[in-house]
Amino acid sequence: MEHCLPAPALIDARALDLDQALQLLQQAGALLPDEAPLSAAWLQAVLDALCDLSSRDALTGLANRRSFEMALAREVDRVARSGEAALLLMLDIDHFKAVNDTHGHGAGDQVICAVARVIEQAVRPMDLVARVGGEEFGIILPSCAPHVGLAVAERVRERIAELAIDIGAGQRLGVTASLGGAFAPQWVRSSPLLWTERADRQLYRAKAEGRDRACLEPQVDSLVSAEEKGMLFATLNPSDTPTQQDLP
Amino acid sequence: MSMTTDPAAHRPARAGARTLAVTSGKGGVGKTFVTANLAAALAARGQRVLVLDADLGLANLDVVLNLHPKLTLHDVFTDKATLEQAILPAPGGFSVLLAGSGMVEYSRLTPEVRDKLLHILDLVKPRFDWVLLDTGAGISDVVLFAISMAQDVLVVATPEPTSLTDAYATIKVLATQQERRHVGLLVNQANRVGEGRLICGQLQQVLQRFIGAAPGQPFKLELLGEVKADPAVRQAVLKRQLMLEHYPGCDAAQAIQALATRLLG
Repeated sequence: MEHCLPAPALIDARALDLDQALQLLQQAGALLPDEAPLSAAWLQAVLDALCDLSSRDALTGLANRRSFEMALAREVDRVARSGEAALLLMLDIDHFKAVNDTHGHGAGDQVICAVARVIEQAVRPMDLVARVGGEEFGIILPSCAPHVGLAVAERVRERIAELAIDIGAGQRLGVTASLGGAFAPQWVRSSPLLWTERADRQLYRAKAEGRDRACLEPQVDSLVSAEEKGMLFATLNPSDTPTQQDLP
Repeated sequence: MSMTTDPAAHRPARAGARTLAVTSGKGGVGKTFVTANLAAALAARGQRVLVLDADLGLANLDVVLNLHPKLTLHDVFTDKATLEQAILPAPGGFSVLLAGSGMVEYSRLTPEVRDKLLHILDLVKPRFDWVLLDTGAGISDVVLFAISMAQDVLVVATPEPTSLTDAYATIKVLATQQERRHVGLLVNQANRVGEGRLICGQLQQVLQRFIGAAPGQPFKLELLGEVKADPAVRQAVLKRQLMLEHYPGCDAAQAIQALATRLLG
């Protein structure tokens, strides 16, 4: 009966208008197979290159905001299933506007690229570094144990502070960055938005505390401090607790 | 006022039963007793209710209900029984899925245990109006996971200082780790009328100060019930009877009825 099935609708690649796509890829320096243009393998390579292009930031070559959000959603799912610790760091270059205003946008771009490179070098290959906004970066660190979280964030911060960025005309520029971080709630399906907000809150804290620093969300302390106990029983004093006479 | 589902709890919305986890922090405060009698009160209002014994380490729902199950959750986990075979009728007109003593080997949370529990919950939810999850004491990963499966949480506490401290610790973890913004409280063994409200207010005040809620998302601890210390409760527990059936007129039974009414809004 197989021959009775309708033939699958095949696309004639010659009917496709690929000019703009190929132009984009050429400008981005994407390598395409020379042989057999319009073959299935060639077309696949074009699509793959376009996907790659649409997931990268044009200036730094890092993951862009779109792929960052996709990776974040995947990581939220993974952590909910595996219970592994995963850290999200949000990073902002301090006083970046002043760099642009004083040295021009070209210098600003060079600063952003230099910071992007040094972040990549300071984390593991498995970590995802993305440029999520003008001078803002996001770093997703899967399988990152809570006790090393702050050390990783500090390492990134230090490497950036050590930079002497060549902005041409013999000028070298130093910058600092602020980082905020939060771990994904383990075993529980959270949302990328909540996770980002928690990391962002720590970033604001780092900024407010004077910049050039890393702040991580304090780890959940399941123990009840003496202060909390004191407050808890401030009005519920022992005379309110049950005694034999009170019982019916 | 009805208990609202926590909007910050990003549990995927599945069709079917409302899920309520009953937990306590400290053991021995009447958590299973409250769960079983609440199930009976909901059933008496025409609701289809399943109590899932999620206290995998130290299950005692069977003891409270005087059931001697041949088939349990353990048999479902190991494919020795189907879910239909293991869901048993309980006195009080509701259904139970008991953990059984074989569950000790599942008292550690592994991805396998998680998947099995989630799968079972998915299977039972379309068949009931309510699934009550009777969790274990403490804040182990199994307990926290069992709570995370539920839309709503009811914390049972007594006025005793150790119970209040443990309830506080549990609620704090739920607010911070599970990002819950609404938790229900039932004060059990209250010494006098109004003690529940006093305790709830005090807990809320300390929580507000120490959990650092996000702006615009205030944390709310809602007092859902107050059960006064009642000799009938002790009688029912000793005789392993459902209080709602055997002492329906007592104060504690009335309080559980009020809780059921409130949950149904």
